[in-house]
Amino acid sequence: METEREDPERVEAFLQRIDRGERIEADDWMPADYRRQLIRLIAMHGVSEIMGALPEKEWVPKAPTLYRKLAIMAKVQDEIGHGQLLIRVAEDLLAPLGKTREDLLDDLFSGRLKFHNVFHMPAPTWADAGIIAWLVDGAAIITQGMSLSSSYAPYVRALQRIVEEEGFHIQHGESICMALAEGSPSQRKSLQEALERWWPALMMFFGPRETDQATSHQQANLRYRIRTKTNEELRQRFLTKYVPRIRSLGLVPPDPTLHFDAEKGEWVYQQPDWNWFRQIINNQGPRSQARLTLKHLTYEEGRWARAVLAQA
Amino acid sequence: MAASVRDPEEAKATPDFPALSELLWQLADDDLLIGFRASEWLGLGVHIEEDIAFASIAQDEMGHAMTYFQLLEALGMGRADDLAQLRPVSERRNSILVEWPNGEGDYAETPHFDWAFTLVRHFLYDQFEIIRLEGLCQSRYAPLAEAAAAILGEKAYHRDHQQLWLDRLLTHGAESRARVERAVAQAAQLAGDLTDLGPWGNQVAEAGWWPGADQAGARWQQAVESFLGRYQLAPPTWSCPGNGRRGDHSPHLDAALAVLSEVYRQDPLAQW
Repeated sequence: METEREDPERVEAFLQRIDRGERIEADDWMPADYRRQLIRLIAMHGVSEIMGALPEKEWVPKAPTLYRKLAIMAKVQDEIGHGQLLIRVAEDLLAPLGKTREDLLDDLFSGRLKFHNVFHMPAPTWADAGIIAWLVDGAAIITQGMSLSSSYAPYVRALQRIVEEEGFHIQHGESICMALAEGSPSQRKSLQEALERWWPALMMFFGPRETDQATSHQQANLRYRIRTKTNEELRQRFLTKYVPRIRSLGLVPPDPTLHFDAEKGEWVYQQPDWNWFRQIINNQGPRSQARLTLKHLTYEEGRWARAVLAQA
Repeated sequence: MAASVRDPEEAKATPDFPALSELLWQLADDDLLIGFRASEWLGLGVHIEEDIAFASIAQDEMGHAMTYFQLLEALGMGRADDLAQLRPVSERRNSILVEWPNGEGDYAETPHFDWAFTLVRHFLYDQFEIIRLEGLCQSRYAPLAEAAAAILGEKAYHRDHQQLWLDRLLTHGAESRARVERAVAQAAQLAGDLTDLGPWGNQVAEAGWWPGADQAGARWQQAVESFLGRYQLAPPTWSCPGNGRRGDHSPHLDAALAVLSEVYRQDPLAQW
């Protein structure tokens, strides 16, 4: 059905629905390109939640107190739950193309489907678990908050729940970071080091600043109201929200140029290494291969159990 | 039976107090280790929905451990986190069954975890814990009776989860059935100390801390063997490479405790 030539009038009527602010449902007619852009975005978001569980999961069995053990388990479980919600949304979009969840995971393992650049980074200390939950989730909620006004209704419904839960995650992360910031010199040092380790990843989180020539994907996503803000708008919003909080914990972002330019009305910051960014998103980041290998290994070793469920 | 005891100071003054504290160590250490083993699965589940389900079980077990360590804290044994994380292996009272690894390899690098063993082990443990909790609901130590009633409500879901999986694995194909059979044989060689009541065993029942403790082992064995019998699985011979209830553990417990307490040990006096 998707390969048939699309009636231009039908496409135009669809775009008018978008312009009127209507929400599209899974069973509504949609142009193949709209479906393609949604799959690209939502499948990537879904597998990023699944892969995003891995850096923090390293700290689940090691979390310092019984209370923290319970909290981080619930947090990481939520992330996998978000992955499940999003993959269900993607599955509905893939069904008319004859594709399934297995195809998505195969694409992840083969490198055709990317996961978010921030989850390729190492998390060598407990403080990293705090920084991830506080600031990486803080960045994620800014992107996801924007997507709440997306034109695709099933995505919006999943995001409403996700954004609500991310709010708790940020509190969980902030609580870990505050305990370390108010703790011993060695705890404070580990927190500052974790911030320094994650800072370039946080600056890369939203992607490069758009030039006048936005990519065709970006243009399409804005046209379809799948997204409504640029990368740079989101990054500025993150800096406005979090730099004061980071400093209030006595932490120093590792960027001597970082300041708010009142005249321009925006944050000035040192550009991260965008060549490195491109390597990372092509699975050449510090922990890309290790995490893909871990996920792939356990996925293959669980195949026999999934086969039983498929028969039952 | 003696009157119910609510006050920790009063409990400590009874001549049977060593039997109560011994029982609480068994309860707390069992749930800490089974919760830890379940938590190692997080992110590695056989499918996404199962990952989420088993993470709930891991949280429940760890939450139960926290409840028991808090009861011990209230009895003046020390801070709950110190008790969970700093006690030497020789003082641990969990069964060897729950300290045993999920399989080969490290959870963070190259885990080759055995899902069939994980399910069988957890099923054996759930079955025992339910019997134990049913008795503990009538414990003479009122704070324990109240905790047991709350925990028992969650355990039925755990056992159902494990049983549903085992039922499917045992009835859908030779490969999965063979995996469960191997897992039962392996777990049977580890579970011999699960029903051991430890050095104060007789007093645990007689003092009313755990009414019915003296019959718990037989009830557990009957329940497990009846379940296995439904699938034409022969009753195994139960044994154990040590006795966790008496502090005689496998080297796997040292390794588990090193991971579990790695961060806390950096500074046990700090706020985390």
